Amino acid sequence: MPSVADNVMRFFRGSSDQASVPAAQQKRSRRSSGMAEISRLLNSEESLCVLDLGSTSANNIRFLTAKGHKNYSEDLLQASLDPALRVKDETGKLVPDSKKFLDENLTYANGLFDVVLGWNLPDYMEESLVKPTIDRLWSVMKPGGLLLVFFHTRDAGPDAPCYRFHITGTDMLETQEVRLAGSGGKQIPRLQRVFNNRNIENLFRDFASIKFFLARDAIREVLLVR
Amino acid sequence: MDAPKTGEFAHIGKSVVVKGDLSGSEDLYVDGHVEGSIELRNNSLIVGPNGTIKATVNAKSVVIQGKVDGAISASERVELRKSAVVNGDVSTHRIAIEDGASFQGKIDIQREPGKAAAS
Repeated sequence: MPSVADNVMRFFRGSSDQASVPAAQQKRSRRSSGMAEISRLLNSEESLCVLDLGSTSANNIRFLTAKGHKNYSEDLLQASLDPALRVKDETGKLVPDSKKFLDENLTYANGLFDVVLGWNLPDYMEESLVKPTIDRLWSVMKPGGLLLVFFHTRDAGPDAPCYRFHITGTDMLETQEVRLAGSGGKQIPRLQRVFNNRNIENLFRDFASIKFFLARDAIREVLLVR
Repeated sequence: MDAPKTGEFAHIGKSVVVKGDLSGSEDLYVDGHVEGSIELRNNSLIVGPNGTIKATVNAKSVVIQGKVDGAISASERVELRKSAVVNGDVSTHRIAIEDGASFQGKIDIQREPGKAAAS
């Protein structure tokens, strides 16, 4: 329990406990229309297989397992930054080898998943990995399965913070800045590009349907049906 | 969580390496390296912050502060503390994960028979 002196000091500093948390650790709530659509499916059926491609989130695991679903977690962005994946291309530039990447990641049976939470992966994943990864996701999803992905609507620059997403309600998410370990040759995730609607439609052309939701925070939520 | 007091748990210290099948009927604290399998059906396993496990684990409850590579099955609960790094499938009745823990694999929450029948 804080002493009177602690409370007085806090008053004069003009800060609460929340304000003393570093910006990168602070969480911000946002409404998600895409998550609301996913929740409709999660609430209507049991024992679905859900793949979460973001950083480990206790919230997400709790939310999904409490509804009786099987939760699969794979931090694909972190895995894509593994220096061991890098090979030299024709110009001598080091790029991730998509074949090696997919030999080691997303190795599931075809047609396993009812729901895939891709979050903002395509915006931050390096070019050579994006299309092969989307193709692999298509393979491991069930026909009729749902994929949720987020895209920036405008170029926020390469230093735009990368967020992880915690599910806090049927249509609510908390965002928290991703800080991957910078040691061991790993990089900090950087915004690679901005996809326009046409780019997104091309990227997901194998999917049966696509639905866009424009959010207030310059994020385009995209819900795809396999 | 601090290391349990000696006597409460069988203890594998951080310089100890065990390769093979490990089974027992008392609680176990592992701060060293275990490779193979761990079978503690009616007892608890705690993996300390220095512990590294490359094994399938079968226990009543499992608390992880170190690294585990392998499938975990716990009849009661699994706890992943903030320093935990787990690669493998988890099957249990209850799970608690601290912010900062890293997990890759499948989590399958087994419904308790009474609750499954009621729902």
